[in-house]
Amino acid sequence: MPLAPDRPAARLLVWLGVVPFLLFALLFLILPTLQVVTGAFRTPDGSATLQNIKGLLTPSILRALALSLKLSLLTAALGCVLGLLLAAAVTRGGLPGWLRGVTMTFSGVASNFAGVPLAFAFIATLGRLGLITVILRDWFGINLMATGFNLISFPGLALAYLYFQIPLMVLIITPALDGLRKDWREAAESLGATGAQYWRMVALPVLWPSLLGTFALLFANAFGAVATAMALTGSSLSILPIILFAQIRGDVLQDPHLGYAVAFAMIFFTGIANLIYVTLRARAERWQK
Amino acid sequence: MSFITLQNIQKSFGATQVVRDFTLGIEKGEFVSLLGPSGCGKTTVLRMMAGFETQTSGTIVLDGQDMGGLPANRRRIGMVFQSYALFPNLTVAENVAFGLKIAGTPRAEAARRVDEMLGMVGLSGFGARYPFQLSGGQQQRVALARAIAPRPRVLLLDEPLSALDAKIRISLRSEIRAIQRELGITTLFVTHDQEEAMSMSDRVVVMSGGRAEQVGAPSEIYNRPATRFVAEFIGSLNLVPGTVRDAATGAIETPAGVIALGRTLPQANGSAVSLAIRPEGLHIGQDGNVVLNARVADSEFLGSIIRLRVMAGGNTPLVIARFNREGHTVPEPGQELTVSANASDIIVLDGVA
Amino acid sequence: MKSGRIFSALFFGLACLYFLLPLVGTLEFSLRARRGEYSLDAYRNVLADPQFHQTIGYSFILSLATIVLGVLIVAPTAFWVRLKLPRLRPVVEFLTLMPLVIPPIVIVFGYIRLYNTSSWLPLLGSAAGSDFLLVCGYATLSLPYMYRAIDTGLRAIDVGTLTEAAQSLGAGWVTVLARVILPNILTAILSGAFLTFAIVIGEYVLAALLNRPAFGPYMVWMGGNKAYEPAALAVVAFGITWASMGLIQLFSRFSKHTQARR
Ligand SMILES: Nc1ncnc2c1ncn2[C@@H]1O[C@H](COP(=O)(O)OP(=O)(O)O)[C@@H](O)[C@H]1O
Ligand SMILES: [Mg+2]
Repeated sequence: MPLAPDRPAARLLVWLGVVPFLLFALLFLILPTLQVVTGAFRTPDGSATLQNIKGLLTPSILRALALSLKLSLLTAALGCVLGLLLAAAVTRGGLPGWLRGVTMTFSGVASNFAGVPLAFAFIATLGRLGLITVILRDWFGINLMATGFNLISFPGLALAYLYFQIPLMVLIITPALDGLRKDWREAAESLGATGAQYWRMVALPVLWPSLLGTFALLFANAFGAVATAMALTGSSLSILPIILFAQIRGDVLQDPHLGYAVAFAMIFFTGIANLIYVTLRARAERWQK
Repeated sequence: MSFITLQNIQKSFGATQVVRDFTLGIEKGEFVSLLGPSGCGKTTVLRMMAGFETQTSGTIVLDGQDMGGLPANRRRIGMVFQSYALFPNLTVAENVAFGLKIAGTPRAEAARRVDEMLGMVGLSGFGARYPFQLSGGQQQRVALARAIAPRPRVLLLDEPLSALDAKIRISLRSEIRAIQRELGITTLFVTHDQEEAMSMSDRVVVMSGGRAEQVGAPSEIYNRPATRFVAEFIGSLNLVPGTVRDAATGAIETPAGVIALGRTLPQANGSAVSLAIRPEGLHIGQDGNVVLNARVADSEFLGSIIRLRVMAGGNTPLVIARFNREGHTVPEPGQELTVSANASDIIVLDGVA
Repeated sequence: MKSGRIFSALFFGLACLYFLLPLVGTLEFSLRARRGEYSLDAYRNVLADPQFHQTIGYSFILSLATIVLGVLIVAPTAFWVRLKLPRLRPVVEFLTLMPLVIPPIVIVFGYIRLYNTSSWLPLLGSAAGSDFLLVCGYATLSLPYMYRAIDTGLRAIDVGTLTEAAQSLGAGWVTVLARVILPNILTAILSGAFLTFAIVIGEYVLAALLNRPAFGPYMVWMGGNKAYEPAALAVVAFGITWASMGLIQLFSRFSKHTQARR
């Protein structure tokens, strides 16, 4: 049926094409989110309140929030830096060309190899009987636990998170690195710039929007992750999503609307991260079409 | 010793040799073009000069200084790319100031220099724009200003006009040349467009297969092509096969009859040669010292020029170009006429066409 | 230049160490079940566990359902937005990117509050309803990947011209979608599908909080109760992820091949 867009009926039909998607998004994305956001500001009987948000200001929740922020900021920052270095090494470090394809494929796998199995892999490697722990102990006489390292701890968790954060960065930043044209570098060199000056004055500013975006994405990625932490540490390391998990499970019997507040806090921070990204990007992209 | 000397440069990428035994001297303030078909190694020569490639053997000396081992960022050689290569994140003024900033030029002085450069390329007042807000021609002007702002010792341009519209291309030619003259900057210009090379340069280097076929002033290249390649590559040309009968008197037998050039030829008697002559070197009438009978095959009226295709001596095709003047008639196809040329305009090339 | 290459090689070597050691460690650990020698006992135990078969089968079926639902929702929308409603593009893109910003645990929390037994749509009241909700949740999680993959595929072909050409030959909309657009973006759809599969098969949070017997919660349960079997499960999970990504590569290479020959 040919559609004439000038007839109102036809225009309505055009909009009908996206109704299934919009309905799906409404039911399974927007409404659940709104439910959480409004729930955070309501009492059980439905009246408006700030009491739930105030409930967040307990030492244990604040500690979990701080830990989550620290973990997400650290792994996002390290993921960005190390991922960029790895991508740069592979794409323009003078290494054999086939390494690039291998690295990209592996990054695709590793960025999706998150959650429970990742935790198992790290336990099997760095846990009390893990491969590296055993090798260090038997061959070098180093007791990893005695050095203060503990997999079930903040550094251990961060180390595990980097296993998916770095590859995610590699996947996103490699196309951006490809967008850096060879003649920019040569033009800079012919004007007297060193490699470092080129990176500081041209390459990094050009990459900046991608870097910011990936940072926000990595931050949200780490901030919302539950399964790895859960499988790695049980509930002993209480980060915000684990607190929320416990709230939902009803393991912790507190004010039921506190769960809303915790969930809202999570959206709030990932939202802030992305808001900062969007604003900064608008500024960073003023030189783009 | 020249200001720039490229001595016996060879360059191979793996097994393929791209530049062969290339030698060239360039004087201070000279504008030299590298002209040749795509893939003949022009860019490679330029990039070795700039320091982006290292020659397999041979030396490059600039102003008495051996460039060997000197990295590109210490050569003080400006470069303009076909793709402009402006830094997209910097404004026009910041682009032009880039080299000055690197060199540590004081801010006020750099700003003055940027203004001066932008004025020179006709873009005063465009300093605050970003490259994407400029047309191709304007971007290339910025690239030129950026390259010359830090006062490089040499300016290299790699097909800087190839990406532009015909009209802008032609106006930029004379602008680049004027700026080059004004600054007296030694310039090496790469192009595959003979008109560009001929109209802009003090000297042209015609390249083929990684070799310099001929080096000379544009008129020399055009009028006295040294090799068959140059003769065929530059302008259009009539080629007539022949055999040397008497080298001492310059008698050559051709399908259109025996032609006597009246000069001594270096070729041996009996060797196969080609006679080359420009279309504008042939006249209708008998006022030259080489005269042939011909029949008009067809004619093209091109405004200021009339181009005739004739068959000389029955089966030798020739193209004749003559100015269109009031009162001259355009010969009809089938018409018989005599064609003449000055023996000195006829070039003898080795081998058969 | 030289020092750059040395640094690159060094850094790449360190990265290899970091990324490969856990894999080697896991493999080695999974073989340690028998005292004093390497054996496949851990794998044997896993394979012999009926729970393993039930949960991985359940997750497999769910991921298939997710893929079908995802393709049905995303492909026509992406096509329609490109063809008729480019104005709506920012909105659709924003919505598809939202699951990257809103943590899954928050989304599932919303589901639980919105669709519990006492709500207007008590999906969680029945097992089938819960399964449906879980599939919808998975489709939501994979929305960014599915949409990106399919939209990239559509960008590669000229949707407008192709559609008009088909219509000028008398094809209806269903024919256009099924016979013209779909074959041309099949590779893109398959990429999205395998990516979805890799995400869904071991997912933990949604399944655990909706109380469904999926592979993710099973793995966590094993982690708490067994020593070597979790490592074996990790090896299996890694293999599945690797296979999914490998198939994406394979298909995209294959389709490039056929396109080049055309
Ligand atoms: N980095 C390189 N690796 C291999 N071959 C190259 C490289 N750069 C140029 N070539 C080859 O060298 C030849 C000359 O190239 P170039 O100097 O760019 O020619 P031109 O500029 O005259 O068109 C071409 O055949 C090209 O394919
Ligand atoms: Mg070239």
